[in-house]
This record gives sequence, structure tokens and C-alpha cells, in this order.
Amino acid sequence: MKILVPVKRVIDYNVKVRVKADESSVELANVKMSINPFDEIAVEEAIRLKEKGVASEVVVVTIGVKKSEDVLRTALAMGADRAILIEAADDVHTDIEPLAVAKLLAKVAEAETPDLILAGKQAIDNDMNATGQMLGALLGWGQATSASALEITDGVARVTREVDGGLQVVDVNMPAIVTCDLRLNEPRYASLPNIMKAKKKSLAATTAAEYGVDITPRLTVVKTVEPAARAAGEIVGSVEELKAKLKEAGVV
Amino acid sequence: MSQTSNETDAPLRESIDYDVVIVGAGPSGLSAAIRLKQLDPNLEVVVLEKGSEVGAHILSGAVLDPIGLDRLIPDWKEKSAPIKTAVTEDHFLFLTDKRSVRIPNWPMPKLMSNHGNYIVSMGNVCRWLAEQAEELGVEVFPGMAASELVMEGDRVAGVVAGEFGREADGSIGANYEAGMELRGKYVLLGEGVRGSLSKIVIDKFNLSEGHEPQKFGLGMKEIWEIDPSKHKEGTVQHTMGWPLNSNAGGGSFIYHIENNQVYVGFVVHLNYENPYLSPYMEFQRFKHHPAVADLLEGGKRIAYGARAISEGGLQSLPKLTFAGGALLGCSAGMVNVPRIKGNHNAMLSGIAAAEAAAMAISEGREGDELTDYETAVRDGDIGDDLKKVRNVKPLWAKWGALASTVLGGLDMWTNSLLGLSVFGTLKHGKNDAQATGEAKDFAEITYPKPDGILSFDRLTNVSFAATNHEESQPCHLKLADPSVPIAVNLAKYAEPAQRYCPAGVYEIVEKAGAPEFVINFQNCVHCKTCDIKDPSQNITWTTPQGGDGPNYPNM
Repeated sequence: MKILVPVKRVIDYNVKVRVKADESSVELANVKMSINPFDEIAVEEAIRLKEKGVASEVVVVTIGVKKSEDVLRTALAMGADRAILIEAADDVHTDIEPLAVAKLLAKVAEAETPDLILAGKQAIDNDMNATGQMLGALLGWGQATSASALEITDGVARVTREVDGGLQVVDVNMPAIVTCDLRLNEPRYASLPNIMKAKKKSLAATTAAEYGVDITPRLTVVKTVEPAARAAGEIVGSVEELKAKLKEAGVV
Repeated sequence: MSQTSNETDAPLRESIDYDVVIVGAGPSGLSAAIRLKQLDPNLEVVVLEKGSEVGAHILSGAVLDPIGLDRLIPDWKEKSAPIKTAVTEDHFLFLTDKRSVRIPNWPMPKLMSNHGNYIVSMGNVCRWLAEQAEELGVEVFPGMAASELVMEGDRVAGVVAGEFGREADGSIGANYEAGMELRGKYVLLGEGVRGSLSKIVIDKFNLSEGHEPQKFGLGMKEIWEIDPSKHKEGTVQHTMGWPLNSNAGGGSFIYHIENNQVYVGFVVHLNYENPYLSPYMEFQRFKHHPAVADLLEGGKRIAYGARAISEGGLQSLPKLTFAGGALLGCSAGMVNVPRIKGNHNAMLSGIAAAEAAAMAISEGREGDELTDYETAVRDGDIGDDLKKVRNVKPLWAKWGALASTVLGGLDMWTNSLLGLSVFGTLKHGKNDAQATGEAKDFAEITYPKPDGILSFDRLTNVSFAATNHEESQPCHLKLADPSVPIAVNLAKYAEPAQRYCPAGVYEIVEKAGAPEFVINFQNCVHCKTCDIKDPSQNITWTTPQGGDGPNYPNM
């Protein structure tokens, strides 16, 4: 069984996100970038399936700027077998929209014919939560999103999904797409020996144009703004004072 | 790669041999790596960096004197180095609480001039240097903390790096990775100020013997995006005086770099006596001076960080070599205090160490002392640079800012013109921890509350350092004696850790009516001040897991 894992290079979760002065997007210049945490969970799950003997090959793919190669190296160091880089932008601020990503991934899936695509449920940069679903539609495959547990038996993926107020268990026939949620696993560290070994693993570079996919944005970002700053609080000395202040504010 | 056993409960770890192992992807380490490959492309060179990426832990002013870079990569302009902002204006102000007096440039010795220097983000310069190094075939591994020395008899033979996944109690966690031994014919330590391995080496090989104690400052820096109409790219401004006055030595810098950004920084010499002093709050208060507030108003603070600086100069420079390796840059301490610069010497030292190591390896040597390096530093450009200014810092410590500016200026003139000093070479005396006075002899300092516009509380600012530490790991700030913070430091010094730490790592909290010392190591920005300033010298800064710590942008 072959697993394809799409990964995205996003702003690191530790970074304090800041809007660009021209409000066109968030600032990505001079900012630490990392593999999208949900994608890292997908990579980990794929490697675990390989270690269990369920999968035979794990292929990772990313779409973006040349530097996105870094997240592929991370995935290779974790244990993926080979990687594909689809260069689709020169400027890190160029966002490739979910539909364009899904179309490109569909092409990759046609060429690679994986039995399972494991993806992050969403990227933490713009929280679209759309690529996996669009890819399912384009390929005509079954899909299960937000997986917190995954089991594979006889061509069926049994996926436990985190839904509002509980868990839902669904079976999907493979080939299928499963998107991964936070609690699916805790990804391993990319160890130094494995990072060294990963340098020798295959990384094929190609471009969006080679797949003949139009990645021109269909959405226009009108404006990007920071959340309004919270007004300062006030410490009151007594219940009476609190009541008075609440009245003053017209809350009670 | 081969397998070796280690003494702990950990599984076997792998080992790999290099010609030269370099710890730290800063200006010194990367310069050494590049020079080694320039001299002999066949050398196997590895650079280990604890930051999540190269540049993540670099914090510097910085006005760069390109002397080192010119020698390392003469065509750096063609290779699009991120060094674009030439210094065009250079102001030096003396501040009183409301006013500022500009000190003219003419009485300053030429060595103080910033003509031909550049305002840079040293973080970005290091990112670029790492690319140059990788193109030459150097292996650079960010996110890999070198946590132990590998000894072979009396020589340093390598380091252990990349151990991950210990639990808070030190036991082996589910995702444990044992790390790896990286062995080298020579190990070059370019960890920056108060490096954790450098400290062990200085102690083990007695490298400070016969030298003055190292002296330090704490540098704090914010990046501001300001109103374009107030931005003057290329302008450099330094101040002395208010708000520190006689409480401590130090001063500020404001550098106008590209993209409407200014680097606003503040340095406090760590030999201050009053344990109630808060370097961080001095910095915040400083920004309210009219000469600064006018510039920053309407702007936005976009990043914050802090790092200790070595200030001991020539007198404090330890022996640089030991069997199997050498100290580079500020792991030894090569900052020129009055010039407020160290990056040029860091790069020159990396080059010199590389030249000595490449020569030694070509002669078939390994694991001995690179004495040529020591000579090149002391008798070469670095020694020259530091010698002329060697008395400025001790004069400052003795006479305060104003008098020492005059005396120090005079001394730099005689050194520059006559090659001698009327003072000879002055001593520093005590180290910075010992300089701390007892609380009973000092008055508490009340600082104005940060307004959230120009000044910020410490924890808010720390969030702009983007620092993070995996919580389930052993605390990397080690207390030699856990009772000391309360029993000694609180009683005698009002536990200054609460105030000297620019990241709010240390707190005294009340628990069941008794004070308790709390270490919030997750906030640590790796500045090393606690390791330096704790009056009981009870805190040792060790490295946490690789990739942890601040994620500085263009610092």
C-alpha cells in the first residue's frame, strides 16, 4: 500500500503573526516557517502505518516556493521514503488557493496511484479546511476528515472523527482521503542521524506549469486586519463598586 | 556512522567523524566553516545550531564593520549579502531626564567613527552566511543543541548533539532520540557570550587563569516599524546618561534600517550594585524620553529579545585554545565596548581559527592546541582593536559615564596616536555577580507602569520573542543548591533574579505563607544573564532541546 502525504510550509506556530503595513496579508518576510503541524501528524501516521507493515511506501509532496523543500526534508528525516516539490510561486506571500492545490494533488495522485492520501485537516496559516475535501471530489474518492484514530483492514479505512460533542466512527473504501486532527498521534522528532540520512533520499522537483494546472488566484484579499485590541480592565475594591460600575456600563 | 555506548540509561547513540566540528551558527562559527572550505574543499565540516533555524538565536545591534566579511567573502555585495544600509548619520547624545545634549563627533578618536559601516540584522547576515557555507559543502544543522563534550583523555574530541525527548524528571520519553556524537580533529566553540560548553571548557582547562574576570552587559532590543516620515535610513544614534545615571553603566542605540524599521536597544552593564535595579524596566522607561518617544509614537513594536554581551575586553580575554579545540568570538569575549561592536572580531576570529585548524590538519595533526590561532588573535587585528580601548570599561566602572567618556576618550586618543596609555592596563576586579550589593544598603526603585504603547510589561514583550520550550523536558536552568534563592538571595539581595531576567523566568511566589522560587523556563530567551549575575553564582544555564528558545526574525 502506498500513501501520499501533502505537506505545507506555513508560518511557525510560535511566531507572533503580524499584518503587513499595506494590509495585503500577514508578514512572512524574516519569519520562521515550519511544516504545518496537522501535516506533520499526517506524516507521522503514514510512517507508523509503514512501520506496522500496513504501508509499503510513503511519498510526501509540497506546493509552494523553492524553500518549501525544507518541510520535505523534515518529512524525509521523520521517515518518508521520497518527496516531490512542486514549485508554484517565487514570493512566499503568494498563497496557492485550495482548489489549485487540490487540482495539482489530483494530478500527482493520478501519476503516483496511492491507496491512501493522508493530509492535515487544515493549514494553520489561513485555516481553509478545504483542500482534502476538494481533492476527494476531484478524484471521486471517499473521504473522512478530522481523524483522531485510523485503522486499515482489507481495503477499508476505519476513521474515528472528532465531531462536536463526541466521536464518530466511519468506514471508507480505499483509495481514500483521510485528513488528520490534533489527537491522532504525537509526531516524532527528526533526529540528527535521520536528518543526515534524509539528505540522500530522492527529492524530485517540478513546477505547477508542468502539470498544466492553472493556479491563478480566484479570490481577492480585500484587507487583512489584526483583531481589535482588548480594552484594559479595571480592578474594583468591593461588590458595591462592581455593581455601580456594571450599572454605569449599562450591563445590569 | 558507528554506535557507541553512553553512561546513562539512554539507548546507544550513533557517532560520526568530521575534520572540524563547529558549535554555533553565528558570525564566528560560520566564518570559520566558510574559511575551512575555502582553504581545503575536502575538509568535512559541520556546524551545529541550537536555534530552530540559523538566525533564530542571533541578537545584535548591529552596526557592522565589514573588515571580517571583506576578508572572508570579498564579493559579498555581488553575492547579495543582506547588508544594504550604509551608516550615513552618527549621533551621540547625553540624556538628562527631559533633555538631550548632542556630543559632537570631532573630539572622538577615529576608531569611534561609523563611516564605512553598515546597519544590519545580524540574524539575516548569519542566514546568508549559512547559505554561503552550505554552497561550499559545509553541513549546517539547525535545531540541534550541542549539550555535552566528548572527551578523549585530556582532549576535547567532539560534542553530543540532538538529544530529544527526555521527560521533566529526566527519564526517557516515548519519542526519545539519543542524540549523536559528532567527533572532530578540532572542535571550535562559537556559542556566543557565556556559552554553556565554553563555560565548561574554560573551567576544565583553566583558561581564565592569569586573566581578569570576564565582564558583561545585558542587551535588550526591540524592532519597531515607525511612521515613514520619521524614518531616516542609515541613521545611528547612541545615548548615555538618563535613565541609568549613576545606578549602572550602559546606554541605548537606535538604528534606522530599511523598510521603515528601527532597531531600538538598551544595554545595562551587569556590574551594577543595586539589586533592586531592573535592566528591563530601565529600557522601557528610556523609551519615554522625549528624544525617543517622538520617534516611536505612531509606530509598532514588532519584535523583542535580549542577549548578554561580553565587555571585559583584552584584559578578560581567556586563553583561547585547549587540547582539541578553541573558543571563537564571544565564547571568549571579543566585543570592543566603546565601538559597541563585536561581530567584526567574531568573524576575524573564525577566520583565524579556521586557518590554524586547516594548517594543522594538513600537517597531519589533530587534537592538540591551535597556538597559531591564539597568536593571530592577540597580535593581529583583534588584539589591536581591543588594545586601544582596554581602559574604557574599567574607567567607566570607576568614574561613571561622563567622566569616563572624557578619560576614556583621552585614553583612546593616546592609544591611537602614541600606542600607549597613561593608565597602563586597568583591572576590572570583581566579576559581575560579586559586584551585586546587599538589599539593605540600597533603596528600592519604583518604575513607572508600562503604558502599553511605548513601553510594555515583560511577559507581553516576551511573546514578541516567539520563544517556546517543550514543556515536558527537564528545566534547563540548573540550581547548584535549590535552597539558595530563598535562604540567601531573597534574604540578602531581595532575589534579583526576579528583576535581572529580561524574560520574567524567575519569580518569587507565596505558597502556604512561605516564599517559593519558581523558574518559568519556557519563557527563557537564552540571554544567559542569570548564569552571570546571580550573586550566589548558583544558576547554570544549560541548553534545552534543540529548536527551543526564541525565534527571532531580523534581529
